Amino acid sequence: MICGLLTPDGGRGTCLGYDILTEREKIKLRVGYMTQRFSLYQDLSIRENLEFVARVYGLPDPIGAAKQAIVRLGLEGRELQLASTLSGGWKQRLALGACILPRPDLLLLDEPTAGVDPKARREFWGEIHKLAADGMTVLVSTHYMDEAERCHEIAYIAYGKLLAQGTIPEVIEASHLRTYTVSGPDLNSLAERLVGMPGVDMVAPFGSSLHVAGRNADALDATAADVGNDPALDWRLSSPSLEDVFIDLMTRSQDNFR
Amino acid sequence: MTEDATFNRLSVLSRTVAMFIKEFLQLRRDRLTFATMIFIPLVQLTLFGFAINTTPRHLPTAVLAYEDTDVGRSILAALRNTTYFDLVRVVHSEEEMDHLMRSGRILFGIEIPAGFERAVRRGDRPALLVAADATDPVAAGTALGALEGTIGTALARDRGLPETVQTVPAFEIRQHRRYNPGALTSLNIVPGLLGVILTMTMLIFTALSVTREIERGTMESLLAMPIKPLEIMLGKITPYVVIGFIQAALILTFGTLVFDVPIVGSTALLVLLSTLFIATNLSIGYTFSTIAQNQLQAIQMSFMFFLPNILLSGFMFPFAGMPRWAQVIGECLPLTHYIRIVRGIMLKGADLTDLHMEVMALAALMVLTMTFAVRRFRTTLD
Repeated sequence: MICGLLTPDGGRGTCLGYDILTEREKIKLRVGYMTQRFSLYQDLSIRENLEFVARVYGLPDPIGAAKQAIVRLGLEGRELQLASTLSGGWKQRLALGACILPRPDLLLLDEPTAGVDPKARREFWGEIHKLAADGMTVLVSTHYMDEAERCHEIAYIAYGKLLAQGTIPEVIEASHLRTYTVSGPDLNSLAERLVGMPGVDMVAPFGSSLHVAGRNADALDATAADVGNDPALDWRLSSPSLEDVFIDLMTRSQDNFR
Repeated sequence: MTEDATFNRLSVLSRTVAMFIKEFLQLRRDRLTFATMIFIPLVQLTLFGFAINTTPRHLPTAVLAYEDTDVGRSILAALRNTTYFDLVRVVHSEEEMDHLMRSGRILFGIEIPAGFERAVRRGDRPALLVAADATDPVAAGTALGALEGTIGTALARDRGLPETVQTVPAFEIRQHRRYNPGALTSLNIVPGLLGVILTMTMLIFTALSVTREIERGTMESLLAMPIKPLEIMLGKITPYVVIGFIQAALILTFGTLVFDVPIVGSTALLVLLSTLFIATNLSIGYTFSTIAQNQLQAIQMSFMFFLPNILLSGFMFPFAGMPRWAQVIGECLPLTHYIRIVRGIMLKGADLTDLHMEVMALAALMVLTMTFAVRRFRTTLD
């Protein structure tokens, strides 16, 4: 919607100061949009794809711009390779390279790292932070909270509602969630027991430990003290993860939705 | 072992049934394929059964009469009675007649020379000139064959003619098979084939172009780029114009060298109007491309459009022989107009004044479909 691909049902909005309903063409010139699915031409080579993008945006020297982008991406010597033969990670980098080729003011990334291996993903994020440091605004959408944790600012949207917004500490602070991390034997049966106990809003397994969270801190503390006298279990007060916050917000907004 | 065999046989059956049910369910959801299956046989039957007539009657004929006499009127009445000829025009000069024939608006021209009646009464056996557009030998042939006997008989009933005139033919019918005196089928087919091949390839090429982008997911990023529908369309169509040129050049070279098809008229005009035809087909294909949801649908649509083009354009069967409604449909198809253009230029030496109607029809079709396609093109994903 921000870059004019979807028509809003109603309301108004601006992007980079342009009206998203009437000034789509101007917005498109200054926004780079990277789709979730690889959407460059598979049957064109890396160089041809980049030159195409450069020409569509009307860059003065498309061939030169494509060459620079290839160097920046570290794809020298492979520029004649067809895009379809690249691995997932490289495709992602190429797509990013194509998006930033026209030097947009705003970069939109739609779930950019789906299906990319962890190493490539880390490098990809490094790249994004570099771009942000150079002054580009980057907006990333993701389903994964560990991705969100890499961002400077986050906003939660569910069912079309903005649930929370701010830096990570701000969002966690605003959630007023008390969280315990429990470790010990037989966590499965403990989890089953905890669900529905006073103060417990959320129980989620994390590897060999259990996250137990609730909005009513006093009630949760009481429950923890009650169940926590089992010496085999180790209850520790911890700060909630972004995912805890997200799930909590989701559950609550679903309640609102009904 | 027997248990194993039973198990195997049963599962073969159930797996086949599973597949069978799945195919049916998918078929039911794919409306266009379903429509194609119903539509194509119906269209084929209708076209072949009603529209196509290989011994065409009511062929458009012009009359050039240098005298207005009883004999002349009887001859024209007899012509009409054969039901092969529809006297649609009375012309006043040979130039006018030639123009009508080159533009394809008449298939026959009857010329009654001055002093015809007097010559008949004197028993001089004068000549009645019948010029036929023989670019389509089938259309011309049957009518010409029916000509001789019927007119003679009709005239015999005319009173006031000498006894001798009534027993031997009172005049001679001088047939002139124009443009294709040898009645060679290849002269008719090769120019038509140029149009058919261009229609087929141009349609398919562009019909796939937009759906391919959608299917491969490249449309999403293309739409996010600052490029307009018209720019996309022109950019996509132009390469195929070049391909169309190459195809046309190939067919023409082959046709002239191997089949001895002449190019009587201007080659430059042929190239120019072929470009128009190519562009028209490309914009039609592009329109399909913006409507179809996937590449299969685009192909099906092209095929459904291609079928009447082949049958109703006058390529395979004489256009003049079709019933009125079929001719109306035929006039809406680009191939109909192009076939008149190609046959006109290559065989008859037609020029732009002879063909201006066809040119305007093609241009109108092109502008119409292009406008539709650009408006139809979705710049959003919703």
